[in-house]
Formats: sequence, C-alpha cells, structure tokens
Amino acid sequence: MENKTLVMKGITKSFPGVLALHDVDLEVKPGEVVGLMGENGSGKSTLMKILTGVYRLDSGTVTWGGKQVSFATTRQAQVAGISIIFQELNNCPNLKPLDNLFLGRELYRKNSPFLDLKTMQEKAAEVFKYLDVSVNMDTEVKKLSTAQQQMIEIAKALLMNVNLLIMDEPTSSLSDRETTKLFGVIRELKSRGISVIFISHKLDEAFDITDRIVVLRDGENVGELVTKDSSQDQLIMKMVGREISTLYTKRTAKPSDEVVFEVKNLSGPPYVDDVSFAVHKGEILGLAGLIGAGRTETARLIIGAVKKTKGEVLLNGKPVEIRSPEEAVAHGIAYLPEDRKVQSLVLKMTVRDNLTMSIHKVLTNWFGIINRTQEREITDKYIKSLDIKLTNREQIISNLSGGNQQKVVIAKWLATVPKLLILDEPTRGIDVHAKSEVHRIIAELADSGVAIVLISSELAEILGLSDRVVVMQEGKVRTILDRKDATQETIMSAAFSGSANGVKETA
Amino acid sequence: MGKKQARGRSVVSEIVKQRESAIFLALLIVMAIIEIMAPNFLSGDNIYLVSRQIALVAIVAIGELFVILTGGIDLSVGAIMGLSGVASAGAMASGVNPVLAILFGMVIGMVIGVFNGWLVSYVFIPPFIVTLGAQEIARGTILIYTKGWPITNIPKSILFIAQGDFLSIPVPVWIMVVVAVIAEIVLTKTSFGRRIYAIGGNETATFLSGVNVKKIKFFLYVIAAFTASLVGIILVARFNSAQADAGTGWEMNAIASAVIGGTSLAGGAGSVLGCLIGACIIGVLANGLVLMRVSSYWQTAIIGTVIVLAAVLDHIRKK
Repeated sequence: MENKTLVMKGITKSFPGVLALHDVDLEVKPGEVVGLMGENGSGKSTLMKILTGVYRLDSGTVTWGGKQVSFATTRQAQVAGISIIFQELNNCPNLKPLDNLFLGRELYRKNSPFLDLKTMQEKAAEVFKYLDVSVNMDTEVKKLSTAQQQMIEIAKALLMNVNLLIMDEPTSSLSDRETTKLFGVIRELKSRGISVIFISHKLDEAFDITDRIVVLRDGENVGELVTKDSSQDQLIMKMVGREISTLYTKRTAKPSDEVVFEVKNLSGPPYVDDVSFAVHKGEILGLAGLIGAGRTETARLIIGAVKKTKGEVLLNGKPVEIRSPEEAVAHGIAYLPEDRKVQSLVLKMTVRDNLTMSIHKVLTNWFGIINRTQEREITDKYIKSLDIKLTNREQIISNLSGGNQQKVVIAKWLATVPKLLILDEPTRGIDVHAKSEVHRIIAELADSGVAIVLISSELAEILGLSDRVVVMQEGKVRTILDRKDATQETIMSAAFSGSANGVKETA
Repeated sequence: MGKKQARGRSVVSEIVKQRESAIFLALLIVMAIIEIMAPNFLSGDNIYLVSRQIALVAIVAIGELFVILTGGIDLSVGAIMGLSGVASAGAMASGVNPVLAILFGMVIGMVIGVFNGWLVSYVFIPPFIVTLGAQEIARGTILIYTKGWPITNIPKSILFIAQGDFLSIPVPVWIMVVVAVIAEIVLTKTSFGRRIYAIGGNETATFLSGVNVKKIKFFLYVIAAFTASLVGIILVARFNSAQADAGTGWEMNAIASAVIGGTSLAGGAGSVLGCLIGACIIGVLANGLVLMRVSSYWQTAIIGTVIVLAAVLDHIRKK
C-alpha cells in the first residue's frame, strides 16, 4: 500500500440557481486525519461527492498521489484507493456480512463460476482481526448494530486497499462507547499511513480525533485549525461567523412539584424491563444511556406504538390505557421520533401538510372537511414562532435544510398542545446554529410548563438541558440523578454499571 | 394590464406543469389520429357508446385509485363486479324487489372488500396475495351458484341505469360524474384524503403522528369493492342478464387507467382527474381500433404497449 497525498485546488461547483462551492482548497497528507466541518449546507458533502465521482466539478483540480485525477464513478475512486462511508450506511440489510464485504467483487474458484467462499472468509477474518472487532458472520446485516455495520463498511474499504477513507458523520448513531471504539480503529488506520477525512457536527469528537480541521461556510473555505493548538470556541466562531456566548441557554423557571406524568414498572421484553420514573410540570427529564439501553423502546411503549407486557402509565395521577399513537395524541402525549426522514416526515408533502398532520381533529368539521383558513393560520403561527426558514408554507418539505425540517416536526407536535413532550434525539444531524435554536425552544417550552422527556446520546445536551437525568442500561433504570449530581462521570458509570466489560469513558 | 397578463401566463404555465395536462394532450392526439383513420369516430352515436363504456371503467378505476394511493393494490375488483351482479340478478330473478336486490348485490360485493381490508390491515398479509385469493374465491362462488349459466329475467324497471339517458347523456356517465366529484372532494378536502396520501408517502411517520393507519387502509378496500359492485350491477342492467364471467380482466383496466393517469404504484401520488383521462385513453383506443378494423388480438397487444409506454414516459418526465 503506497501512501498518497490528496490535493484539491480551486474547486468550484454550481447547481441550477446555487453556487454550492466556490474556489475551495483541501489537502490531506498520508496518515493524516482531517476534520471537515461546517453548518448544514456549507458544501461538505458536495466537496466529498466531487472527490468520489458522484458529481463533476465545474472548475478546479484534484491531484491524488501527484497525478491529476477525475473520477467518473465511485467505483473508479475506490479502485484508486479513495472510499467513502456515508451516514446512511450503504449495505444490503438482507444479506450476511460476507456477502456485503465482497458485493460486486466476489472471488471465484479458478476458472469456474462458483464462489470461493473459503478465501473470502479467510480474508474477512483477517481484516476483522486487524480491526480488532468481532462481527457475527452468520446473521443478516440488518440484525447487527449500527456500529457493527459501520465496521463492515470499514472492512470493505480495507479489502479494497484504501488509502483515503472519508467518513460522513460516522458517530451520529453510535453511543459514546462505540465512538471510542471507532476512534481506536481510526488511529490504527492512521498509524498505517491511511488518511481519513472526518465529517462531523460534534465538536468534542472532532477535537478528539483530528489533526487538522478545515472549515467551510456557504461553499467557501473560511479557515483551517491545527487541532491541538485551537479551542472549540475558535472553531464555532469560524463555522457560524459569529460568536456564540454559550451553547446552552440558562434555564430560568424552576419545575413545579406537580407530577404530570408517571410510568410504573413498565416492561416490554426484551428491551425494557421494569422502568419507573415521573416527570413534573415544567421539568426536562433527561434520558441517558448507551445505544440499545432501551430509551427509544421505553418511549414507544409509552405512546402505544408497541405493546407493553406490564406496567402502568399515569397522567395527572390517573392511570390511562394507551394502545396506539392515536390515543397518545388524544391524551396530550407527543413523541418526536429519532429518525426525522423515516419516522417523522412525509417528504413528498408540503410543510403545511406535515405541520398539521397530528391536529386534523381540530381542523375538521363534522364531514371531515379540513378548514383551510384555520390550517394556514396555525401553520404560519408556528413558522413565525419557531423562526422556520422557508420561501412559503406550500414548499415541499424535503427542500428545507435538516434543521428547518426538524423545526417543522417540533411545530407539528407543539400544535397538538401536549402535556408531555418526548423528544428522541431532537438535534441529530442538524447544524450548530439550528441546534442551539432547538435547545432554546426546548428550554422555553419547559419554562412554559410542558413536561419534557429528552432522549439524547449527546451527554453535553443532556447535561446542558436536564433538570434531572434518568440513566438506563440494558432496559433498566440504573439511577436517577439531580442536576447538581449529574456529571459525565456519574452518568457514564451508571450507563456502564451492569456490563461486564464496562470501560470508563474519557470523552 | 401587464399584471393581468403575467398572471394569465403563470396560470397557463401552472396548467402545463400539471401531470394531468400531459396525458390530456396524449388523449387529444390519440383521438385526432383515430378520427383521421376512421372518420365516423367522432359521430354522435359512437361518442354516446364510447362514453358509456369509459364511464364504467372510470368508476372502477376511481375505487382502485384509493387503494393504490396508499401503495396497495386490489386485484379482486373484476371478480367483485361479477359477484355483485350475479347476487343482485339472482335476487331479482327470484322475485325480490329490484331496489332491495341491488342493495343485496352491493352488500355481497362489499363483503369481499371487508375481507380484503381486514386481512391487509389487521393481519398484515400483502394486498397482492389477499386480493388475488379473493378474486379466486369470488369467481369460484359465482360458478358454484350459476354453474356457468347466465341469470336472465331482469326486471325492465332497472335497465335505465345502464341503457337510459338524461339530457342526452348516458346515465352511467352521470353516475361516474357523481362518483368522481365525491372522490375528488374526499381526496382533496378531507382529513381522510390527506391521510391517504400521507400513508402512501410515509406510513411509519403517519402512524407515529397519531393516525389510525389500519382503519384507513381497511376502508380503502371497502371503497374499491363498493365502486366495483356498483359497476357490476350496471353491467347486469346493460346486458339484461348477469354473466358468470362478467368483469373478467377489469381489474387490469382499472389499474391501467390509474397508472396511465399518473398514479404511482408506490403510493402517495395520483388524482381522480388523471384516472378519468387514463380511462378515456384506454376506452378511446379500444373503440378506435375496432373502428379501424384492427383484429382483436392486435388490440390487446396495442393497449398493453400503451400502458408500458405511459409508465416509461412518466418516469422520464419525473427526471
């Protein structure tokens, strides 16, 4: 494996009506981990798509190992040693790991149409050993965790003799512990002279793993930082072009003693086991834990999306039976799911259609006819109050940026005037600016008296917003911490409490 | 003045952009070609006959549209037509009041719809399988009851629903207009309609938004069975008898009308207007080929080609 340097110079690319990249430079030396950062829409993905042959550049040059290159397909880029792992992993979920590893590059027995399974298995074992991960080879990929699926993608790249690996938000659906493991792998690759371009919205991670950070804003280079000599504030300033005094708004109001919502001994095997907690009026209750700790499943049990086997749900002290999301909405319980595109939005429909999806009861007359005037008024009201950026409410929602899409989803649930709002990863995959706005909205909602359950895999978010923190692990509540006792250390030690190979987090 | 013009232009460009406009243009071209090759095509008598035929296909297609909009499919509508026709004709032949007999036929047809809707929505069996099975069950039931013989002795009093006209327009066309207007209102103005498109666009998100997805999907199959039963009974009035094989292959005409009219089989996109134009294209083409004395074997192949062509063009247009 020879080590090559990548030099992208003066890259310009425009799409009809927008200049996506203007005169952008990027250099990556062998064995270097370069962070590529910027708000959503800053041009990171476009730049990487040009590099890997998805888009053609308008002007500029790409030099790889001293030679000028222009890949027409991702396949050509892979052959040249440049692989990309997308945020939405690109695999066949119905196939086993081995089939995915060699998809399109299967090995055959000599002069025959039959697969050489033995050699393929050996090569796979070799590469997983090198990565120091164990993957269950006998099950379909869809049954593996996201972290494991990601390892398969990395292994796939290694099997193609990768020199430069691009990772687009690789940690967005990993727990902190899995992230640590991934970073170990990245460091290993680095020591072998393999370069990595690391795209992320998470500042602490970028500071943890990168050597250098290149910042894009509105399709232009706005600066470059040598990671070890810089601070997070400097990076944020470069990304947004203005100083953010603090990422988290200080909460003003205190939660009241009135319990709005309570679950008792809630169980839904195999993910949730005997979970109990209460939320007060105006309180933000953080729900922390590793991926797979049962937090999302708990929420789904509460709203009746899956059937509970045991337990009680109490609203204002009275037990209620909730068998479907429809009944949850009727009781004033709103759940904002973790995956915006798959679970929250009808992407083909307009902003208005999506925003009013859960309040048809309010909008319709006896014949089920929707009152358009009222619908427009409500839509405009939330577009204004949440400061959603769009050209008009009849826009197809998929044309909005991620942050604004998420605000529409939040508006959709606020429109139901919930007593309890469960937010599952409300800031996943949205840019720094939108994120701080969403944090502000959450804090204001709590101050106005809504009871909030906040599920998040980002400890900083949990710590910054929560009045109390419930820590779950393997489907059980391990501890409930008050704001003053909640720290990264106390949460992580509880999150790892039961597991045999619990590692103390350093992040 | 200038403002008015600009506004006029934007309305025109808006109309041109609609997917229905493209198929409407295709319909006009097909009609023009047929008129040139077979000049009696646009004669009053022929238009009268063709419009009656198209109306029946369009009614079935509108019911099918509801199902397809959620990404489902109903292959049993043709057999439901046959079953409802035989049930109501059987009742009439044995002396039951014609109105009650028609209601009876409608109920029998809709029982199949309830069966489909229940298995698809609540037992989670894929609609393709459920409705294919339902088709066979309905056809088998017809044969058990009629032993393959037509049922005659249909009271004269009901024949007007197929053979009569009002203001020189065939009654079936009026029925189609009523069905189409109701369907259009339901799909574009009501919560039910909005949710149908939402389910077709993203069923998971719709469910988590607090929509009772199962109930809605259940009713769609009942709606498809309702329109099919209605047409099944009109066919009885048209032929003065209930044929055991009535409605055979109509599910394909219904699906084709929807698809030619721009309905996505994946769900989430499609309209009543598109469906009507799709039914017109199929009906006009079938009639034109007869007038041009094209052999019936060729007719089937040509209509098949048009269906595939429509799907390909729609795919290209979307790019």
